[in-house]
Amino acid sequence: MTILVIADYSNDQQDNNVLAPATFNTVAAAAKIGGDIHVLVAGAGVGAVAEAAAKIAGVAKVLVADNAAYAHQLPENVVPLVAGLVIEQRTIYSHVLASATSNGKNILPRVAAQLDVDQISEIISVESADTFKRPIYAGNAIATVQSNAAVKVITVRATGFDPVAAEGGSAVVEAVATVFDEGKSSFVGEELAKSDRPELTAARIVVSGGRGLQNGDNFKHLYALADKLGAAVGASRAAVDAGFVPNDMQVGQTGKIVAPQLYIAVGISGAIQHLAGMKDSKVIVAINKDEEAPIFQVADYGLVADLFEAIPEMAALA
Amino acid sequence: MKILVAVKRVVDYNVKVRVKADHSGVDLANVKMSMNPFCEIAVEEAVRLKEKGVATEIVVVSIGPSTAQEQLRTALALGADRAILVESAEDLTSLAVAKLLKAVVDKEQPQLVILGKQAIDSDNNQTGQMLAALSGYGQGTFASKVEVSGASVAVTREIDGGAQTVSLKLPAIVTTDLRLNEPRYASLPNIMKAKKKPLERLTPDALGVSTVSTNTTLKVEAPAARSAGIKVKSVAELVEKLKNEAKVI
Repeated sequence: MTILVIADYSNDQQDNNVLAPATFNTVAAAAKIGGDIHVLVAGAGVGAVAEAAAKIAGVAKVLVADNAAYAHQLPENVVPLVAGLVIEQRTIYSHVLASATSNGKNILPRVAAQLDVDQISEIISVESADTFKRPIYAGNAIATVQSNAAVKVITVRATGFDPVAAEGGSAVVEAVATVFDEGKSSFVGEELAKSDRPELTAARIVVSGGRGLQNGDNFKHLYALADKLGAAVGASRAAVDAGFVPNDMQVGQTGKIVAPQLYIAVGISGAIQHLAGMKDSKVIVAINKDEEAPIFQVADYGLVADLFEAIPEMAALA
Repeated sequence: MKILVAVKRVVDYNVKVRVKADHSGVDLANVKMSMNPFCEIAVEEAVRLKEKGVATEIVVVSIGPSTAQEQLRTALALGADRAILVESAEDLTSLAVAKLLKAVVDKEQPQLVILGKQAIDSDNNQTGQMLAALSGYGQGTFASKVEVSGASVAVTREIDGGAQTVSLKLPAIVTTDLRLNEPRYASLPNIMKAKKKPLERLTPDALGVSTVSTNTTLKVEAPAARSAGIKVKSVAELVEKLKNEAKVI
């Protein structure tokens, strides 16, 4: 039994491709399933990503498909590559795993359909090699799903698995020469949010703002607190819908799923779909002037206060 | 240009669902059902493309129970021209739905198919990508902007670190994200008119599609409950607790 993990990576602000932290959690899920772990890195100029992947604890082999056709992980080209590897090595690969990141979610269902198997999305636990748990209905129910597919195709929710060590492995790196360039899609451009703060899904502390912030400018209070704590800044769907902040800051059912050591919800009422994205955080703090706000029902520490007074005070004391 | 829009009937987003006592699923008896919010955005985008003169016809399709006609009528009231219901009382997987949609795509030959990125019941986020694989089309998932020009469509996508724009050859598949547009409400005259628009009913058998799944749901449970903690009286007390009790800052 061998598991193929599709590595996710992103472009850092110095224009280098770097391994996405969620890959470590996905390898952890693969380790729980058991068997050899192979990691596929597909892209253009991904030598450093492959080297990093080879150091991940528990990885036996890294396959690198380094070609312009795979730049920006365009699914039209990457998917035939993945499906081809699996079909070619049918006797080897029992599972294909990807992180439930925007890249993983874009690519993997296309792989599953190409292999004619159902996918299991966003697993949070491995019960056995063919049985997994995953949240449905915004996390209001947990389904246990069994797959009888010859190749099980699965995305992994990072918060369900503690990451494996980034160092300690010494996998064989093997080049894959096959090139698929379907000519159906092309990359036009990218606008990446520039930030010196930690990435939302990997941060130890997250400070999130909701409608209570009233406008985008007021997020500066959260940024000040976040910088003091070394935290990432998130937002509720209400704040994103109102145009206060960009969508990539959204925490919730349809945004990012986070589970930091400390989650500070500021001016967030606590809609079901927001709770779906943060309720697995270790410690939750809610600051809201409405003492009836549902967010207090999941908060370890609640403070009924005007955030415009409380946040600067907290930044000063923290 | 013809646009095909897929919509799903789901539990209304305001409903907090409960797990059935026998763990066979969630209790949907007497629960308000609606069009999946991302599908509303898909319908709206198609209607806007028609208003701009880009689209000439909007066909809306739903795969689901007979009652999904309600959601199709809603889409017709919002501006779709005609509807197709592929009727199935079973709980279908995304792959089965994608196969049925592929059969409809073969029949209708749309230039653009718009779907929601995710249904808020199964939370799978699979169908659009699977349909793209089966039809061999390019895919623009999690779209926040869609611009058709000539034989291609530029799709700006919501990605983890920001936004990415890709250009896809038509025909293509687009799945919607939240910021793509703000759906309109149907007006009463349009709701009345929608009742007269054509609605075709098909079955998976008639389309020659097998809906057999490789997945089995063994049980559905309620998540571990998180209990409310304490209320603190001041910022100073909060910071003290976080430092000394929770030890997280």
